[in-house]
Amino acid sequence: MDVTRRGVLRGAGATGVLAAALATGLLKPERALAASWNKAAFDAKSALDALKSIGAGNTLESSEIVIEAPQIAENGAVVPIEITSKVAGTKSIAVLIEKNPFPLAGQFHFMDGALPFVKVNVKMGESSIVRVVAEAGGKYYTATKEVKVTIGGCGG
Amino acid sequence: MAGPMKARAKMQGSYADVRVLMNHPMETGQRKGSDGKPVPKHFIQNLTVKLNGKTVIEGEISQAVSRNPVFTFRVGGAKAGDKVEISWLDNKGETNTTETAIA
Repeated sequence: MDVTRRGVLRGAGATGVLAAALATGLLKPERALAASWNKAAFDAKSALDALKSIGAGNTLESSEIVIEAPQIAENGAVVPIEITSKVAGTKSIAVLIEKNPFPLAGQFHFMDGALPFVKVNVKMGESSIVRVVAEAGGKYYTATKEVKVTIGGCGG
Repeated sequence: MAGPMKARAKMQGSYADVRVLMNHPMETGQRKGSDGKPVPKHFIQNLTVKLNGKTVIEGEISQAVSRNPVFTFRVGGAKAGDKVEISWLDNKGETNTTETAIA
């Protein structure tokens, strides 16, 4: 199951790529310290490119993703963001700060009873749309929230 | 470099509320040090939450997560006394793990 999920993400949703990767043993089940990190997605400089890199080129707007974040964040270095996905069968949640130099802040994969919920503090360089993308049943659902930042949190 | 981790897990009705604090500088690579040179990137890339030895959450994160990250997760199918193990791995290969029992 783990392999399939990762394969779907890496394979940009292309089942052919996934099947090929499985067949050639490119996707290995053992992870532990050799944990994977989606460099292409994290290095992407636009939210659109980051989304493509996690396989979420096409997203559907959803009101079932709840983002709790301050409307105005005084300190961009610590902006608390709480995300709950009510989309049935949510497997992963990705958080993007659209105006950050590298928009993708994180992606969390949930399995075996973990609820599709995460609370995390992020840095925001300036006021931005915070976009959350939830993956469920091979589809990607998205919701956004705007956070205004009075002091940026990326520089020194 | 990496300081201690703290974790707490508590049943909240049907799920366990898992909170974890990781001591980590989470350097973005954009900040300049006192010598005027950029401080190199140093940040956690991967984190794993295990319940009784079984992975339930895997996170991939970037330097955009705040310094000394605090995460809250919710894990279903758990009960008081179950073991929760949380570990992280950063871009320099440093790693840390902590374990707690659900209260």
